[in-house]
Amino acid sequence: MTIDWGIIGESIPLLAEGLVVTLQVSALSAVLGLALGVVFGLGSLSRSRPLRWLVMAYVDFIRGTPLLIQIFLVFFALPMIGIRFDEFWAGVFALSLNASAFVAEVVRGGVGSIEKGQTEAAKAIGMRHSQILVYILLPQAYRQMVPPLTNELISLVKNSSLLSVISVYELTRAGQAIISVHFVPFEIYTLLAVYYYVLIKALSWLSVQLERRLPTW
Amino acid sequence: MVAAVIQVQDLSKSFGDNPVLRGVSLDVALAETVVIIGASGSGKTTFLRCLNRLEEPTGGSVRLDGSPVGEASSERLSAAQRSQFGFVFQRFNLFPHLTARDNVAIGLEKVRGMSRAEARALAEEELSRVHLQDHIDKRPAQLSGGQQQRVAIARALAMKPRVMLFDEPTSALDPELVQEVLDVMKDLAEAGMTMVVVTHEMSFARDVADRVIYMEDGVIAEQGPPDQLFGAPKSAGAQRFLRHLSHD
Repeated sequence: MTIDWGIIGESIPLLAEGLVVTLQVSALSAVLGLALGVVFGLGSLSRSRPLRWLVMAYVDFIRGTPLLIQIFLVFFALPMIGIRFDEFWAGVFALSLNASAFVAEVVRGGVGSIEKGQTEAAKAIGMRHSQILVYILLPQAYRQMVPPLTNELISLVKNSSLLSVISVYELTRAGQAIISVHFVPFEIYTLLAVYYYVLIKALSWLSVQLERRLPTW
Repeated sequence: MVAAVIQVQDLSKSFGDNPVLRGVSLDVALAETVVIIGASGSGKTTFLRCLNRLEEPTGGSVRLDGSPVGEASSERLSAAQRSQFGFVFQRFNLFPHLTARDNVAIGLEKVRGMSRAEARALAEEELSRVHLQDHIDKRPAQLSGGQQQRVAIARALAMKPRVMLFDEPTSALDPELVQEVLDVMKDLAEAGMTMVVVTHEMSFARDVADRVIYMEDGVIAEQGPPDQLFGAPKSAGAQRFLRHLSHD
């Protein structure tokens, strides 16, 4: 077997273009997924039973169905009810919805683990349940939520490769484009693996830095 | 006769099949300091927690200034009602992510609706009252136990409660830190605050209480002025309990 070093040299800059899109999709989805996930997570701890059920049902649905199907649902089914995105935004939306369910579980676990005396002290000065969640419990849970949230972020970045199926020109799709012209699957898929690996290592490192910097009490 | 600030009628509480309070009735007058003593498991902490509805009683009623507590129609109202009781916990329960000042200010801001600047200024004032003006920017973990408990007292007082409830406020403290907390409580009693204090500090009960209540098995077994209850307890239970203490 011979390795086509030439194509690897040519592909590195071509794939960088896809990498930029992967970074954009991942960053947007992470921010949106985190925001939605915090809202859903707090919703699952709310005093309103219908709201809790709604969030539970949503989380259950997301966890119980493949991401690929969720992507197709957003891309193909939503336009049928008049909601139309281009493939980039459909991809961001699908990944965000997916991530939000997992983030909600992390938030629920993190906030739920804060000692009961904190809730009681806040109640005793007259704070309402929603205020206690937002001002007392959630801030105390930040640090312990960083490692599980990092895992979700890593999944999200890897999952973004699935957006190649709806033609988002991200890293995987960029690689497939090269393969379809030059037929060098081994070289390109190996190169893609290296790209993803380095990206995820960098994220893990950033996460450890962030965790170190968050205050302990 | 002056109307009682707190009127408790036949209060009961069970945890599952286990009755912890079995019909407690008690009136507390304005500016009165009531100290509750009794062995652990006698129901004194549960009684205190039922007053501000940290525990939902199984039966009976609590009135504050004549209005029933715990029958508010909305969460907002019942929260507002709860803030009429200042509550001091055995383990302080300060918010560890906030400075001393913000521990006190957060209730003023979020519950009383003050501006942040106003709340923080008032918090500083409250902290000076418990002699912590030099520690306002410290987090709870940077304070001693006695200082933490004083922040907790300031946090409760800042809400301008009608009544202060203390649940064994010195039990979690190192012996040398107990007095600073008791001193603050004594000042408060002398300033005319209505207080209900659960404690094992008999010297505090003797010096500061207007009335001492001895609880046993979820009921008030005996009550009276401190001289009487400590000097000549009538019930066998109180005699045994006090004898036990003096041997500790």
